[in-house]
Amino acid sequence: MTFSRRQVLAISGGAIAFAGLPAVPAFASLAEDAISEFTGGTAPGAGDLSISAPEIAENGNSVPIEFDAPGAVAVAIFADGNPTPKVGAFTFGPLSGSRFASTRIRLATTQNVIAIAQMEDGSFQRAEANVKVTIGGCGG
Amino acid sequence: MISRRDFLQVGMAASAMLGASGFGNWARLAAQQSLTQDDLFQFETFGNVSLIHVTDIHAQLKPIYFREPSVNIGVGSNKGAVPHLTGGNFRKLYGIADGGPSHYALSSGDFAALAKGYGRVGGLDRIATAINAIRADRPDAILLDGGDTWHGSYTCYHTQGQDMVNVMNALKPDAMTFHWEFTLGSERVNEIVEGLPFAALGQNIFDAEWDEPAELFPPYKFFERGGSKIAVIGQAFPYMPIANPGWMFPEFSFGIRDENMQAMVDEVRAAGADCVVVLSHNGFDVDKKMASVVSGIDVILSGHTHDALPEPVVVGQTIVVASGSNGKFVSRVDLDVRDGRMMGYRHKLIPIFSDVIAPDPEVAAVIEAERAPHEVAMREVIGQTDGTLYRRGNFNGSWDDLICDALLSEREAEIALSPGVRWGPSLIPGQDITREDIWNVTSMTYGEAYRTEMTGETLMAVLEDVADNIFNPDPYYQQGGDMVRTGGLSYRIDINQPQGARISDLTLLRTGEKVDPSKSYSVAGWASVNEGTEGPQIWDVVEAHIRKLGTVSVSENNNVDIVGA
Amino acid sequence: MAKGVKPRVKVPKTAAAGDTVTVKTLISHKMESGQRHGDDGALIPRSIINRFTADFNGQNIIDVALETSISTNPYFEFEAVVPEAGEFQFTWYDDDGSVYEAKKKIAIA
Repeated sequence: MTFSRRQVLAISGGAIAFAGLPAVPAFASLAEDAISEFTGGTAPGAGDLSISAPEIAENGNSVPIEFDAPGAVAVAIFADGNPTPKVGAFTFGPLSGSRFASTRIRLATTQNVIAIAQMEDGSFQRAEANVKVTIGGCGG
Repeated sequence: MISRRDFLQVGMAASAMLGASGFGNWARLAAQQSLTQDDLFQFETFGNVSLIHVTDIHAQLKPIYFREPSVNIGVGSNKGAVPHLTGGNFRKLYGIADGGPSHYALSSGDFAALAKGYGRVGGLDRIATAINAIRADRPDAILLDGGDTWHGSYTCYHTQGQDMVNVMNALKPDAMTFHWEFTLGSERVNEIVEGLPFAALGQNIFDAEWDEPAELFPPYKFFERGGSKIAVIGQAFPYMPIANPGWMFPEFSFGIRDENMQAMVDEVRAAGADCVVVLSHNGFDVDKKMASVVSGIDVILSGHTHDALPEPVVVGQTIVVASGSNGKFVSRVDLDVRDGRMMGYRHKLIPIFSDVIAPDPEVAAVIEAERAPHEVAMREVIGQTDGTLYRRGNFNGSWDDLICDALLSEREAEIALSPGVRWGPSLIPGQDITREDIWNVTSMTYGEAYRTEMTGETLMAVLEDVADNIFNPDPYYQQGGDMVRTGGLSYRIDINQPQGARISDLTLLRTGEKVDPSKSYSVAGWASVNEGTEGPQIWDVVEAHIRKLGTVSVSENNNVDIVGA
Repeated sequence: MAKGVKPRVKVPKTAAAGDTVTVKTLISHKMESGQRHGDDGALIPRSIINRFTADFNGQNIIDVALETSISTNPYFEFEAVVPEAGEFQFTWYDDDGSVYEAKKKIAIA
């Protein structure tokens, strides 16, 4: 064979794009702090707010998420396993056709994506979806 | 239900002749002579529609041996349910006689001895004969290919799938769905699909950029058969960019998308479908769950997990059919479709015994033409094996052990990792190992054998990650591969623990010491999903290793201690 | 101005007055998070699109504050009410002060 037997190879970004440690999200408390900042400390309740995301991310660098928040004036998204949990905040204007939106986000690891909706009456709602970020490979 | 009796009569006939407990004389089996093509194809035509299902052929144009798994652990609600029964437990459930052809075709146990008696299985020219026989009964039978067709052999690799496209076209399929095809890269897939003379279906194949259905892959196709409208909806492998290198087909996004599946079922029903068939590459447990979540599907023709079941599994109003892999089986499903619904079905899983079924001469000629330019290279004998070389099973098979040994020795690593894919035919004791045989278990478009350093912690995380892709109790989290194969390592796995708690006692075999999470180890592996992976191709590594060995000795692998199965 | 930044938008060409239509937008942008290290080990400075707005005939549809966890090539899908014929205006604001715009006309069918 023509290759050197001990040749260590360059694999872009390490042998395995290593993003798959599950367990307790490391930055959960940071996310809760960021949520409190958005809600001004008001505890969110449940309601019609829903968030959907894939069970398993095809690519942790681009995970499609969408939310629907009937009656909301604004919706903020948080990722509780990212070092900076704030993802984005959507404020709806007079010509918005619904309180639905979809975007793509980065997830460093398996974690919860949390939507907090600020309602017209000033109350808040919360919904979350767990997304698994896996190392991948080995598909039969 | 008639299907069980239909299938088993083959087994009964042969075992009656042998005696029910006829172990010991396999080498002189007369069964092969007693089994006829007519027996295998015998089917009382039923209803007004026939479906023919082939799946996961993995480019096996010629007859091969294929040993079914002896370890196939079910978790959660699928614990102890088919297809998670193997060997004697499987035979007992279906009333299959030990030593009969159904034993050999469908289950593990006494494989090497039975293989000598019953011979090889598969071959697309034999499959052609089976399809022709069904078409003789029902000329407008719908032939559906579940995918993993353009991958898995020397000729397929060298022709970028063209050999399979040409041979399959000769069989005249009506529709197909996809998985490994995409590892040819999206440019090549687009090129082939644009020229296909049949439908390339996938309701879950989306344009990644705009999150819209990919134009090249319609969600479904209607067929008018026997006075009824049959809708066939395609379901490609959902986890393509995770289980395989997503960078090879970045334009596409997949996923289960069961909400869209429901929308498609509703759409075809509204458009007058009398019967809804899903041609799926989900894997069996995922299909069972999908059948329970999505309403209105009559038949799921299931692929991906390579299971072969002698009768469909019924989930609510849906029948789920599993048709094996590597060209070993053809499923025939006859349907009685009337008054806008499926009133009944008859099913048979036809084992393709290569020595019993006559090859179709036309298709045989197409196969030979595809192989001719490569015959000399493929036929070169690299070594011999003294035991059965196989892969299929949740943990290491003997082919995997050989590949891991090759990685350890040729790449001078402490630890080897080999992907838990389910394809790859078997070899029986005493067989030559040819270059073609090596390619049959290794060929892929990302076969580079890397060598790298990994910490004990990373290794552990890799094992935990892959284990959860198999043993997560929710089928929607199961990607349908088997456990990553390891060389130079032993470990304990508790199936029923959550991710992060399944793997323990990781031990480096070379020293007998526990793997230290903070220490770095040299690891060789192949089939990395990461772009830019470098190294020699795995088939060259394995060939070099076998040449040095001459004869491969197969020994039992006891390096994985399985708990909770 | 960041290089190669190209906005793309999908909206229907026509709608009935008062209809709700789906809008999709993409902009090519690397969205450098400020958390990555370059080959030399130095932190690569943050450079992202930090705000996106969509308006129709001067009235706001949606106003998004983006953080570093939004993916490369930010994508948004949302719904807008079209009260009359007119023009959508989409605006992306870059950390470096650049502003990127796209416009799409819609007719009343």
